[in-house]
Amino acid sequence: MTDSIANAPSPARPARPAGSSSRRIAAMMLRYWYLLRSSWPRLLDLVYWPTVQMVTWGFLQYYIASNAGFFARAGGTFIGAVLLWDILFRGQLGFSISFLEEMWSRNIGNLMMSPLRPFEFMTALMVMSVVRLSIGAVPVTFLAIAFFGFNLYGLGFALVAFFFNLVLTSWAIGIFVSGLILRNGMGAENLAWSIMFLFMPLTCVYYPVTTLPVWLQHVAWLLPPTYVFEGMRSLVVDKVFRPDLMLDALVLNAVLFAAGAFAFVKLLQSARRQGSLLQTGE
Amino acid sequence: MPASPSIAVERLVKIYKTVPAVDGISFSLLPGSITGLLGGNGAGKTTTIASIMGLVIPTSGRVTVLGAEMPRERYRVLHRMNFESPYVEVPMRLTVRQNLTVFGMLYGVDDLRERIAELGRQLDLTDFLDRPTGRLSAGQKTRVALAKALINDPDVLLLDEPTASLDPDTADWVRGHLERYCHEHRATMLLASHNMAEVERLCERVIIMNKGRIVDDDTPVKLLARYGRRTLEEVFLDVARGNGAESEAAQ
Repeated sequence: MTDSIANAPSPARPARPAGSSSRRIAAMMLRYWYLLRSSWPRLLDLVYWPTVQMVTWGFLQYYIASNAGFFARAGGTFIGAVLLWDILFRGQLGFSISFLEEMWSRNIGNLMMSPLRPFEFMTALMVMSVVRLSIGAVPVTFLAIAFFGFNLYGLGFALVAFFFNLVLTSWAIGIFVSGLILRNGMGAENLAWSIMFLFMPLTCVYYPVTTLPVWLQHVAWLLPPTYVFEGMRSLVVDKVFRPDLMLDALVLNAVLFAAGAFAFVKLLQSARRQGSLLQTGE
Repeated sequence: MPASPSIAVERLVKIYKTVPAVDGISFSLLPGSITGLLGGNGAGKTTTIASIMGLVIPTSGRVTVLGAEMPRERYRVLHRMNFESPYVEVPMRLTVRQNLTVFGMLYGVDDLRERIAELGRQLDLTDFLDRPTGRLSAGQKTRVALAKALINDPDVLLLDEPTASLDPDTADWVRGHLERYCHEHRATMLLASHNMAEVERLCERVIIMNKGRIVDDDTPVKLLARYGRRTLEEVFLDVARGNGAESEAAQ
């Protein structure tokens, strides 16, 4: 009854080549670009929150600076922190939302069944997170100049180092969260929106690391963004760029990125074992 | 010398936690064959297809597709396979052309513009190519899903309920197209369906599953003769209710 072979009309055709990796990555970027282009609420959402954040914190800083000597000296740290925090938060969100689009549209099974490899998928998501970040954050940096005279681009090379380190962290977290969603379904969706806020108090976005209790400072120094925000304050307040902080952040980011990628591979394997790739609901 | 099978499933077992979804099944499908996979809900059809696609790691046993062991060697052959399933959809906000462009690029299709135009003509989609997929009717969406499944001219086509929720006319049209495709392109097709008329019309072989096991495997004509029934639906009901051919013979 089993292990029988059906009668076949003819032999199989010669194998067709698989196509290139870069073309598959380009396909995924095109897919997200089509989506963004077709939906003005998605585009508006990219700009809305960064603008609201920047304006709120900017006015707060403006008020405090006019009433306290220290804050007058530390002018720009709040707006700088808001803009850099947005790179970290929006970078991860940009990555995770592109991934969630596949879950929401029930397309993930199509992708997992296609020749698209996980690293190609992740690469496309990383590039799209920068595209989304650019659409959302660049206009806001110009608003910061117009409203508060804070020129983020005045940070020069330091901005490149800050940006690179923050984006690396955001990708590492985004990859990890994507793995969790693949493994656990949409029940884990909230993590995509909220996980970065766990980093907010610990990475000392708006205050120096010394503000934390000593034992918590050790935890803070394990997180790459802490070095970036300390570096930003050093640059804005003391006018000193600290390359040592950026190098430390880079090393920690390499570890974090490797851990995120490893976790993703393991979670994907687990999803294949559990059969959850075809069940993408709650 | 006989051709090697396109799909070979050997003693496949898949257990989710403690529940066996597939329990030691084996079968082989040769190039160009059309086979139906029948069974009630929870019989193990979807897990079997998911294992063939490499979406599920078997608990034990072995699945090979076009000579590649799944899921370990899946990237050797995924560009030569495709599937359609009610468990997945193509993105609804993208136009039909955009969707087919993205999937065509993923599958490494050359002359993509021409391929999309060809599929548009074959599947009567030309007028809808630049319309968002979400704004199409159920029948049109099914044809889009079919176009996606055929975009890479697959050697192995796995279909899970390809005509579910279609009106009889559209369903019949889809069946005709699939039949022509397999015969003209020598593709291997495995079709999971609850629609017995569909299986009877398309398939030269039927594998019947129940509780994760293969309980029968033959041509539709021989199955009808063995069970003494006029339609596959009656055979299916016999199997589902435990009135198998062997038990009837014993009675």
